[in-house]
Amino acid sequence: MTSASVHSRFFRAIRKHYVLYLLCIPGILFFILFRYLPMWGILVSFQNYNLWLGFWESDWVGFAHFTRFFTGPNFNTLMVNTLWLSFLNIAFAFPAPIILALLLNEVRRQWFKRSIQTLIYIPHFISWVIIGSMTFMLLSSGGPVNAILGNFGIGPIPFLTSVSTFRPMMVVQGIWRGAGFGTIIFLAALSGVDMEQYEAAIVDGAGRWKQCWHITLPALRSVVILLLILQMGSVLDTNFDQIILLSNAGNRTVSDVIEVFVFREGIVGGNFSFTTAIGLFQSVIGLILVIIADRAAKLVGESGIF
Amino acid sequence: MVRNDTIGSRIFDGFNIIFLILFAVVTTVPFIYIIAGSFASQAEITARGFFLIPREPRLEAYMFIMESRLLPRSMFVSIAVTVIGTLVSMFMTVTFAYPLSKKYLAGRNVMLSLVVFTMLFNGGMIPTFLTIRMLGLLNSFWAMILPGAISIWNLIVLKNFFQGIPEELEDSARIDGASDLRVFLRIVLPLSTAALATFSLFYAVGYWNSFRPALLYLPSNSAMWPLQLVLRNIVMLAAGNIADVAWDPDMIQPPPDSIRNAVIVFATVPILLVYPFIQKHFTKGVMIGAIKG
Repeated sequence: MTSASVHSRFFRAIRKHYVLYLLCIPGILFFILFRYLPMWGILVSFQNYNLWLGFWESDWVGFAHFTRFFTGPNFNTLMVNTLWLSFLNIAFAFPAPIILALLLNEVRRQWFKRSIQTLIYIPHFISWVIIGSMTFMLLSSGGPVNAILGNFGIGPIPFLTSVSTFRPMMVVQGIWRGAGFGTIIFLAALSGVDMEQYEAAIVDGAGRWKQCWHITLPALRSVVILLLILQMGSVLDTNFDQIILLSNAGNRTVSDVIEVFVFREGIVGGNFSFTTAIGLFQSVIGLILVIIADRAAKLVGESGIF
Repeated sequence: MVRNDTIGSRIFDGFNIIFLILFAVVTTVPFIYIIAGSFASQAEITARGFFLIPREPRLEAYMFIMESRLLPRSMFVSIAVTVIGTLVSMFMTVTFAYPLSKKYLAGRNVMLSLVVFTMLFNGGMIPTFLTIRMLGLLNSFWAMILPGAISIWNLIVLKNFFQGIPEELEDSARIDGASDLRVFLRIVLPLSTAALATFSLFYAVGYWNSFRPALLYLPSNSAMWPLQLVLRNIVMLAAGNIADVAWDPDMIQPPPDSIRNAVIVFATVPILLVYPFIQKHFTKGVMIGAIKG
């Protein structure tokens, strides 16, 4: 086919379905203005961007900001803090909904199961601000948790501002908010299991533990692997909305992660070029990790994400 | 279901039910404590520490909130952002998802790839901030809506939903001489009301809960801060941790616990009110999303 006929075919298609193309315009504008224009803005990481001079007049400095970041004092802290939170999430927050789903699956009374589900799904829809605020109210030095601990002669413990309590607080908040709702995907996988398998297992004399081990867990295998790989692909992603509420001067040595640092130094501090370079580093590593994760998912026989 | 009831099995059932009840209690008790605290006096909060029913319920905290300038205003902003934002988001998502659902549309695959690519890579916080500044949206109401107007997840799921509508329905209308626009407005949209209602609810919950756009893009327009950001600032002010935000001149002193509790209640109640409606739909929504298209 000649390129001329491809062209004329293309224009005929546009004429025929011009309404559909018109409908696309708001969406296309959104993606150009708010998703692709910022990608062009990444170039300021190679500049000494000055708000008053603007993009065209600012000096170009090459990779200076990247060198400064990699050799500077913040790099180690930010990476260690980020990786710690990811590790704790994979170790504790990731298995929580699986265990919860297995326990819910063992409940025989449907009304009881549904009531529990209704209650434990709620926090997923509550904003991080509310969760952070409730955490502040509950854990402050004069709050109810310290009041209860005080009855046992413990404390008061400065949960909110100490280095040792920050990471556990993050993990507990994550589980409190996400574990209940997270069961949905596993319960959906379990609802696909054929009941005859359980009946056959009972006939063969398998107890409930054996049924769980040989029927229920294998049914979850592929969704667990897929989610785990996806989680690995986002180890540098931290939850800005959650951390920005819990991080403060008291726990800064452990709560500073890339996004919080970029917010503080960039938006509040005005070091646009330096923080853009840091953000770009995070985005690029994130992209590479997601691609590796996708390949890994395909390697173990899952359908991957692309 | 037939199951063999051994003693071990019964003991497990007992512990399982107790554990699940405990988990549900841990999920709900913080809400009840906050609600109880919002009706209690400061003296009672200080004296009792932990309680779920106030001894002498009072409305002082709510009266204070309604009489203050800051909080009713921020609630009004939150309602405006939620209503207008949901309308804008739905308009932009629906009008883009429908053409993207048409496999015969030339250029569709390019557009889809460009959309999906933004899930994998983005400019990042600072370039997005600079873009919004360049567009003149900084400190404006629209900065809380436009930069996140389309959720790519919702867009893709809605596109898949439109693809699931039988092509024959649209074809028969076209044979009767209906235009693309007429098919979209008179056939596709009426068939999708349940899906559209679901997506609207999800967008509305997202807008009501969001504070990041206001935190990033409205640094010097505190008159337009939504309830969530004001709540964050009130609670953090009380914790002496407000270094990174300018505070509203209305309130120099951190408000007492009961008032902070009452603000949390105000921020939570709308979500709890729509929750039964969302709950009906979200299992379905997750299922649709799990099927790739």
